[in-house]
Amino acid sequence: MLEKYDFIIIGGGVVGSMIARWLSRYEASVLLIEKEADICMGASSANTAIVHAGYDPLPGSLKARMNIVGNPMWDQLSGELSFPFERRGDYVVAVGEEELPGLDTLMEQGKVNGVPGMKMLSKAEVLAREKNINPDVSGALWASTGGICDPFAVTIAAAENAVMNGVKVLLNTSFEDFIMEGTRIVGIKTNRGDFGCRWVINSAGMYSDEIMHKAGIRPEFVIKPRRGEYFVFDRADLTIDNVLFPVPSLKGKGILVTTTLHGNTIIGPNSVFGEEKEDRSTTHEGLEEIWQGAKNLVPCLNQKHIIAMFVGLRPYGNGPCKSPGIDYQHDYIIEIPTEVQGFVNLGGIESPGLTSSPAIAQEVVDLLKDAGEKLKEKKEWDPVRRARPRFRDMSHKERKLLIEKDPRYGRVICRCENVTEGEIAAEIHAPIPATTYDALKRRTWLGTGRCQGGFDMPRVVKIIADELGVSPLEVTKKGQGSNFLLRPTKQVGA
Amino acid sequence: MVLKNIYDVVVIGSGPGGLAAAVAAKKEGAEDVLVIERDMELGGILIQCIHNGFGVEIFKEDLPGPSYAQRFIKEVFSLGVEILLDTMVLDITPQRKIYASNKRLGFVEIEARSIVLAMGCRERSRPQIRIPGTRPVGVYTAGTAQRWVNVEGYMPGNRVVILGSGDIGMIMARRLTFEGAKVERVLEVMPYLTGLTRNYVQCLLDFDIQLQLRHTVKRVLGNNCVEAVEAVQVDEKWNPVPGSEEIIPCDTLLLSVGLIPENELSRKAGVKLDPITSGPYVDDNFQTNVPGIFAAGNVVHVYDLVDWVTEAGFQAGKCAAKYAIVTHRKESNYVPLIAGDNVRYIVPQKLDKRNLEENEIRLQMRVTQPIEQPVWIEVHDKENLVARKAERYVRPGEMVTVVLKQKNYKDVEKAENLTINIAPR
Ligand SMILES: Cc1cc2nc3c(=O)[nH]c(=O)nc-3n(C[C@H](O)[C@H](O)[C@H](O)COP(=O)(O)OP(=O)(O)OC[C@H]3O[C@@H](n4cnc5c(N)ncnc54)[C@H](O)[C@@H]3O)c2cc1C
Ligand SMILES: Cc1cc2nc3c(=O)[nH]c(=O)nc-3n(C[C@H](O)[C@H](O)[C@H](O)COP(=O)(O)OP(=O)(O)OC[C@H]3O[C@@H](n4cnc5c(N)ncnc54)[C@H](O)[C@@H]3O)c2cc1C
Repeated sequence: MLEKYDFIIIGGGVVGSMIARWLSRYEASVLLIEKEADICMGASSANTAIVHAGYDPLPGSLKARMNIVGNPMWDQLSGELSFPFERRGDYVVAVGEEELPGLDTLMEQGKVNGVPGMKMLSKAEVLAREKNINPDVSGALWASTGGICDPFAVTIAAAENAVMNGVKVLLNTSFEDFIMEGTRIVGIKTNRGDFGCRWVINSAGMYSDEIMHKAGIRPEFVIKPRRGEYFVFDRADLTIDNVLFPVPSLKGKGILVTTTLHGNTIIGPNSVFGEEKEDRSTTHEGLEEIWQGAKNLVPCLNQKHIIAMFVGLRPYGNGPCKSPGIDYQHDYIIEIPTEVQGFVNLGGIESPGLTSSPAIAQEVVDLLKDAGEKLKEKKEWDPVRRARPRFRDMSHKERKLLIEKDPRYGRVICRCENVTEGEIAAEIHAPIPATTYDALKRRTWLGTGRCQGGFDMPRVVKIIADELGVSPLEVTKKGQGSNFLLRPTKQVGA
Repeated sequence: MVLKNIYDVVVIGSGPGGLAAAVAAKKEGAEDVLVIERDMELGGILIQCIHNGFGVEIFKEDLPGPSYAQRFIKEVFSLGVEILLDTMVLDITPQRKIYASNKRLGFVEIEARSIVLAMGCRERSRPQIRIPGTRPVGVYTAGTAQRWVNVEGYMPGNRVVILGSGDIGMIMARRLTFEGAKVERVLEVMPYLTGLTRNYVQCLLDFDIQLQLRHTVKRVLGNNCVEAVEAVQVDEKWNPVPGSEEIIPCDTLLLSVGLIPENELSRKAGVKLDPITSGPYVDDNFQTNVPGIFAAGNVVHVYDLVDWVTEAGFQAGKCAAKYAIVTHRKESNYVPLIAGDNVRYIVPQKLDKRNLEENEIRLQMRVTQPIEQPVWIEVHDKENLVARKAERYVRPGEMVTVVLKQKNYKDVEKAENLTINIAPR
């Protein structure tokens, strides 16, 4: 007998996880499948983490609407799901007189889109607000509703809350094809067997084009990976308190300087088309490009303080904007196509996709209702997901109490980020278990500090092995084929 | 173990620097000496350095790391140094309060009359030298790999490229070869060897491992695990020489590209760091700019021979003990003043007995409740009345003063503390 669901969501990025959380509110069975060993391993894991104010997207586009609807949803969401979120505001910084008109364009665009709280700042005002900025700054656009989040924390919190409310999550499960009855989708084939369903929701990020093609939808739609490289800095050496964008160019929002919620300055991303959808390699040229770009905003950056580098892949699509009279070919696709039945189709969800994710989830629910789906609210739906203790953020007194309750919180495993054995064990046994090193890293920030795991790695591998009751040889960095260890050393005397 | 609230000397880190400091501090006469170590065992980096080459200067012997450490571990135990293992020090204040955490005792606060920082160093990692490419499993610092092989008993891979001709890299090249791995290459960006020549001979030449100077890793390949690295020759300015690229298939890349003194705690304590060494500025006693905070070993600058680390530890430990003893002596001259019946507070809160030998000491206080009748203000050492003064009344709004005179010295000298009570006559 085929396992059957009302909804199957393909892809455990921030969009799929938000949709799962939104659907968990209703009386329906929901399955989320993710091809990787953990959720949040695609675009949602490597981006700038900004909740955009909304002056960037082209007025009239779906991107603009999702951004504007999504942005104000974050306060309530962060409260309900207990993830950190800060509405810090952001700046678009003009350097040199020639960049000033660019600010006016953005201001205009923002007004049309309906962005509240924007203001033009003079050179003197900008210099007073950010001491590290290029002295050649000529002015800035200030948007008070810009925010920053931790995209892992967001995605994981949303997916966990979905699981608490009955959604099933299957990791290491890859969509392969649809099972059709005529033009109706009745199920999917995966590497782990077939599943029946009434609806499939395509939130597969970079692969959403291939998936819709399998259903015969939009054969002309293609996604090209557009790479963005980043550097992360040691927080002990440099603090930039503000989110600083350059004036955007044709290539996008440009190389910015910002700070993560953990206090590390990050710079990036550039914007270069890549060949392959899995190619997350940094390049010499790309790193040089972001270095020069960021130096233009903040000249005091020092290479010595770099502690990490990574790449994010934007799912750059060619979806046409549906608003009449607007010629724009890179809009979001969020639709229920009529050619097949039982398919919610998403595509090209690049920036501001993180910002938009709760609005996209709501949009999907609305589309389903419009399509006649009777979504009945569950009485027992619990919108609240509580955060687990984070030793690093606690006062001395709180730490004392926590360790009294569970001594494992007294053993610090990651020296730079102060992550304890207790936190690691709790994540391994969480509603969506973190069973790889990188999964633990995303959840606890272990290994993200200045030593980049040099100290904690052997210790964490041992804890994972012990908690899961497996040999350390089976522990992986990020799933199948990424085992840390190959074999035991020669046993003396054996 | 029951932790004391205050120690003469607290040593942070139990590598050769820390162990030597603890030994020297005890020998110098410090009574309570505590070593705090985050690992499960004493010995620091020496635990995983199972190769020999340690102690040639001090012991005139060629010992493996653990044996070298063992000599000091024995001494530390026989001298009665207290030890906290599996305990991470999280914070130090300039006033020498130490915050640490472990499973058994929880989150603890310890005061120290002096501190020796001996946290060693950490290894420079891949992003710090900006090697582009993918982020697969299999790129490790040499020290991490060393821990895996020598302490945990596992091999990270079978085909290895090592970047950097530092000592740890070369020693790991030999170690991995012993374990049956093939070390494909050791690459060094400099035109010369950065480690000791003896290691080049014993670890590379003797095992036919190829060293390529003026070469570096241009990028890492492989999505899940390392599949190869692209090596390239560089010119004087470290720019890649076009056409010299070579793909070397391998499953592991080890980095032996430098060590950085581990000074996050030092910074929290207000210790100033030298931008060149990345370690604290120290004087010839190994004292930092913060009085009572000393530092020794790799935390100060990176040593190549352990013997010099031990020597530095001795000196730092000895001076830390001296500092602690002087501080202790000062403390024992202090007599706390305790607010007794109807006294809200007294200023000063404690007095230095020796001052009373030559000077009067004025004590000022406020009362808790008004007493509208004649009172005695009495200074007691337990039952013994040291001094008293009469007042017609006391009121919270009016400060009360009592003066201790030189003639009171004899009584105060014996006192552990003094209590002031105010009561009707
Ligand atoms: C460099 C960069 C910077 C960005 N900055 C910002 C920003 O500051 N603010 C902002 O709002 N947005 C930003 N974005 C955009 C944002 O990150 C994305 O829009 C968002 O993460 C998309 O989420 P997603 O869930 O659609 O995609 P993903 O996170 O990519 O999720 C898709 C998931 O589907 C899975 N999947 C794919 N195929 C299959 C299959 N066959 N079977 C099962 N599972 C499958 C994938 O493994 C993946 O986990 C940025 C993006 C990039 C790349
Ligand atoms: C891999 C390697 C090979 C070497 N080979 C040789 C050789 O062959 N011959 C030779 O003479 N020398 C050799 N050396 C050099 C010599 O071993 C070192 O210089 C010496 O060990 C440094 O001693 P240390 O006490 O300063 O630091 P370490 O030995 O590194 O000890 C520092 C200790 O502090 C602890 N610590 C750090 N932070 C905290 C905290 N917050 N809380 C609690 N504890 C903390 C650490 O766990 C560690 O145990 C080698 C060094 C290395 C790294």
